[in-house]
Amino acid sequence: MKFRTLKRHLREGIKNIFRNGWMTVASVGAVTMTLVLVGSFLALMLNLNHMAEKIEDDVVVKALIDTTADDSQIKVLGDEIEQIAEVDSVVFSSKDEELDNLIEGLGDSWRLFEQENPLNHAYIIKATDPQNTSSIAQKVASLSNVDEVTYGEEVVQNLFKFNNYARNIGIVLILGLVLTAIFLISNTIKLTIMARSKEIGIMKLVGATNGFIRWPFFIEGMLLGILGSIIPIVGILVGYKFFENNIQQINTIGFVELLPYNPFAWQLSAILLATGALIGIWGTVMSVRKFLKV
Amino acid sequence: MILMKDIYKTYDNGVTALNGINVEIDQGEFVYVVGPSGAGKSTFIKLMYREVKPSKGKLIINNKDLTDLKEKEVPLLRRQIGVIFQDFKLLSRLTVYENIAFALEVINESPRNIRKRVMDVLELVGLKNKARFIPSELSGGEQQRVSIARAIVNHPKLVIADEPTGNLDPDTSWEIMKVFEEINARGTTIVMATHSKEIVNTIKRRVIAIEDGRIVRDQHRGDYGYEI
Ligand SMILES: Nc1ncnc2c1ncn2[C@@H]1O[C@H](COP(=O)(O)OP(=O)(O)OP(=O)(O)O)[C@@H](O)[C@H]1O
Ligand SMILES: [Mg+2]
Repeated sequence: MKFRTLKRHLREGIKNIFRNGWMTVASVGAVTMTLVLVGSFLALMLNLNHMAEKIEDDVVVKALIDTTADDSQIKVLGDEIEQIAEVDSVVFSSKDEELDNLIEGLGDSWRLFEQENPLNHAYIIKATDPQNTSSIAQKVASLSNVDEVTYGEEVVQNLFKFNNYARNIGIVLILGLVLTAIFLISNTIKLTIMARSKEIGIMKLVGATNGFIRWPFFIEGMLLGILGSIIPIVGILVGYKFFENNIQQINTIGFVELLPYNPFAWQLSAILLATGALIGIWGTVMSVRKFLKV
Repeated sequence: MILMKDIYKTYDNGVTALNGINVEIDQGEFVYVVGPSGAGKSTFIKLMYREVKPSKGKLIINNKDLTDLKEKEVPLLRRQIGVIFQDFKLLSRLTVYENIAFALEVINESPRNIRKRVMDVLELVGLKNKARFIPSELSGGEQQRVSIARAIVNHPKLVIADEPTGNLDPDTSWEIMKVFEEINARGTTIVMATHSKEIVNTIKRRVIAIEDGRIVRDQHRGDYGYEI
């Protein structure tokens, strides 16, 4: 195709956006609505995912060592734990350190135990894959000189469950949204093209090829999609900044950590822009196809 | 130039509009197609630019056999023929200028040539001052003239017109006929269906009369031949 023909199609595509008036507004509105929803859900899902992974990383198995075990037995136990395949790292934590942690977490009232520390020495074990936590716990429990194994079974199980639920629900929601949007947009565009089917017939009678007719529609669809993605992108860029700033302030629980603004907000914007353009192109090209068989 | 041999056309609803047409039209001829309403004149004309496909028979236009014309070649055929439609067929959202320019855009003409040719042809049909109007802002006769301008703007060798003066007052009709005579004098073939007895009887040319899908008369420098 000659450059000047491309220029002509570009010009026609842009003109059509103005010629269509309210239909343009409706199509752009449909894209905007969808992308706002898709964008919010994506931001939410990806951040939840991120946090869940973070928590998963923090999950540790704690093996409480028999109070009767002597130093060499404790050392042997450490080596045995280290040999378990799924174990990533093993760190010894003395009973004094354990108490310090407890006091730090639960308050000074626990200081009265400082005279006579009732706690055990412990090994803090990390799994290579958080999913293996419970199998590690079982293996460690069967070793000698182990008094008790804790790993917050319920927290871990619930977390995995929640995470999978959230993931599945998120995927279903986003798919549903995109399909609804495509339906909405192709309907809107179909309306404008119904009105234009007569025009397409005339263009063909005057000697236009299908490609010549299709190009301006293609460009128009792409522009509609891009126009529709402006508000969602600005929303994400501004809104995400806002959240990032405010979550830092209420972040007392520690594990609420957002994906960093740069690059996440920019990547999400690029995804929205591309999605918008694709929806627009898809909508126009699909609906124009039917009328080209005149 | 144009050759039709035993052409039949039966529409999907069973109406037989053409019933064995045989005719030959040479380059540079000026032909009137006359006949009562429903005789098949429009069908005869639509064959030539492939709006309608013959059910049977051999059809050659511009030395091209349309019998086995591929779908892809149809735009090329249409670009070589200027068609003035009975119902104008203007693009309703484009201005007069854009409508005429469209016929040049499809053949990849340069913007500078487009501007020049469109302005020239607008001058010829007397619509220079309405270039920026859209069709719904024009009278029937003005729309007719836009459709004529679009048909002749790329200097086709063949111009086909279905009742081009049907919506015009007598003065404008004669002006349009002057345009046709002018482009015919430059060697353009003209085939024109008409109900205008005055025009046919005044500007004497070849007359083909169609009745019930058959050619019943083919006369050089003929008469309209029907009483209205
Ligand atoms: N698309 C179509 N489908 C079915 N029948 C058609 C179609 N077009 C025309 N006909 C029929 O074919 C016959 C010839 O029609 P045509 O339009 O060729 O007549 P015409 O001579 O141009 O008439 P007029 O002078 O009124 O324009 C008519 O009986 C008409 O009803
Ligand atoms: Mg007719």
